[in-house]
Amino acid sequence: MRAMAAACALALVGSACGRRETGEVRGGAPKPYGFGRPAAADEVRAWDIDMMPDGSGLPAGSGTASRGALLYQRKCAACHGKTGTEGPFDPLVARERRPDFPFGRDPTLVKAIGNYWPYATTLYDYINRAMPLDAPGSLKPDEVYSLVAFLLWRNGITADTAVMSAQSLPRVVMPAHDRFVLDNRRGGREIR
Amino acid sequence: MTDAPLSRRALLAGAAGALSAQALRRSGLAQTPEHSAALAPPPDSTKVPGSPASALGQRSAFERPRRIVTGSISLTPLQDLCGIVTPADLHFERHHAGVPTIDPQRYKLLIHGMVERPMVFDLAALKRFPAVSLPYFLECSGNGASSYRDIRPELSPQRIDGLTSTSEWTGVPLATLLREVGVRPAAKWFLAEGQDAAVMTRSIPIEKAWDDALIAYGQNGDALRPEQGYPARLFLPGWEGNANVKWIRRIEVADRPFMTREETSKYTDPLADGTARMFSFVMDAKSIITFPAYPVTLPGRGWWDITGIAWSGRGRITRVDVSTDGGARWAPAVLQQPVLPKCHTRFRYLWNWDGREAMLLSRAVDETGYVQPTLEQLRKARGLGTYYHFNHIRAWRVRWDGAVVFGLEG
Repeated sequence: MRAMAAACALALVGSACGRRETGEVRGGAPKPYGFGRPAAADEVRAWDIDMMPDGSGLPAGSGTASRGALLYQRKCAACHGKTGTEGPFDPLVARERRPDFPFGRDPTLVKAIGNYWPYATTLYDYINRAMPLDAPGSLKPDEVYSLVAFLLWRNGITADTAVMSAQSLPRVVMPAHDRFVLDNRRGGREIR
Repeated sequence: MTDAPLSRRALLAGAAGALSAQALRRSGLAQTPEHSAALAPPPDSTKVPGSPASALGQRSAFERPRRIVTGSISLTPLQDLCGIVTPADLHFERHHAGVPTIDPQRYKLLIHGMVERPMVFDLAALKRFPAVSLPYFLECSGNGASSYRDIRPELSPQRIDGLTSTSEWTGVPLATLLREVGVRPAAKWFLAEGQDAAVMTRSIPIEKAWDDALIAYGQNGDALRPEQGYPARLFLPGWEGNANVKWIRRIEVADRPFMTREETSKYTDPLADGTARMFSFVMDAKSIITFPAYPVTLPGRGWWDITGIAWSGRGRITRVDVSTDGGARWAPAVLQQPVLPKCHTRFRYLWNWDGREAMLLSRAVDETGYVQPTLEQLRKARGLGTYYHFNHIRAWRVRWDGAVVFGLEG
């Protein structure tokens, strides 16, 4: 009886919050159900390919802009242009000299690595998982580091002699690093 | 009544309606032999036996709704739909490296990271958990862009807002799976990763998993369509489409976001104040009139049932107001039942057109009290160069001759 009253009270709280009944069985559900199976360490390793801004996940290896330049011409230029600005697909090179990050005001601005990307590690993560478009996931760590070094240099962020690795890449500060803010829209009357 | 054979032209003009006939002529579909045959019904269908039953149904040959395809995007023909549900084959698409073909027998979902028990779930395991099934809209956050910055009279509902669709989504609550693996107390985010060639990733606050996130495997009573993430996808009710990672293969629980390419360089919203908003997941309240709208021409004055859809990622639509005079006067539209949270809501407004030029607007209000803003209000808050989350009021100009064109300017 008491349990039932508690369940009713819970249901009332739930509907007051505007939540929908999820179908979850409260209290009576098995914990755990026991479906699925433990993940093997090697299958986690095989799929765990992400990198974070602090460098966690970055593999051993290194690369330079000069090696990256050759790779870029072979594997990237057809889509991104000879110098990274021509397209036809996403331009990769752009610098913004105005100090006030005017993307919100100026609809003609092109977002690219040098003027909009906040984290250098994201470059490694994305190239490694998704590029080149016709052979995603085919690049070796040294090749990815080299392409990253080349693109950072082309965007005026690092020197042409810089060596990119798991140690150096997280230390690269991107021009747009401080421009991002968390969502402050909350519903209600205010238009944000 | 005449029993003379109807010409195809007369039939199209009569039975299928003048608009459909126009659409068929425009698209050239009326010329194909396949359709000439299908569109040649007997003079009197009560005098000849009809077709037998079939293993897989198909639309009437008179109905030719089509998505508009541009590259990796296809747009739902909102103006061709009634009710709130989008047929699965007309659900909008946005892919980042094409639609993968995934063998359901080999499919697995890995959940690891800050959990007690890293686990793998195959499709059979996912389907064995207690399921939920609810209608929700899904919308790309770039929807409406053309009505914000590339304004022109020849915009249709499909061109403007065709990146929203509603389906009944069936799946297992992500909360159930997270309880199964045991999430550590410090966990705040999770990475969702797809099994497509983009190996698409987004970071999601873990509160959404405890709230209403699903690992969905069903759509409108069927298995997911391949282009909607077959065999399983992440579904985040009310949140921008891109975060609803399709073909999901991995969830990594963490104490901070991963800062993937999509959530930094792409799906962020530059603002007029020199910042860019990130993790702007919720789709704010929005509405659009889908009839009358370009390219329709009203054949005459009199009663017309203005109709459209409204939706909010924050819950239920509580009200839609309609104006026929460009916003000077507003009147409440009828909300067609059911009105469900985070779901398309159909509205109707009966209008007696006097034959003079009119400007039709709709304005949605949701259960948080949020009122769909004007274009001017949104541009003031965000700037002309902003991108994503274009939820301003849309407008249709009805000219004196009945032609309807998109009505915003500037």
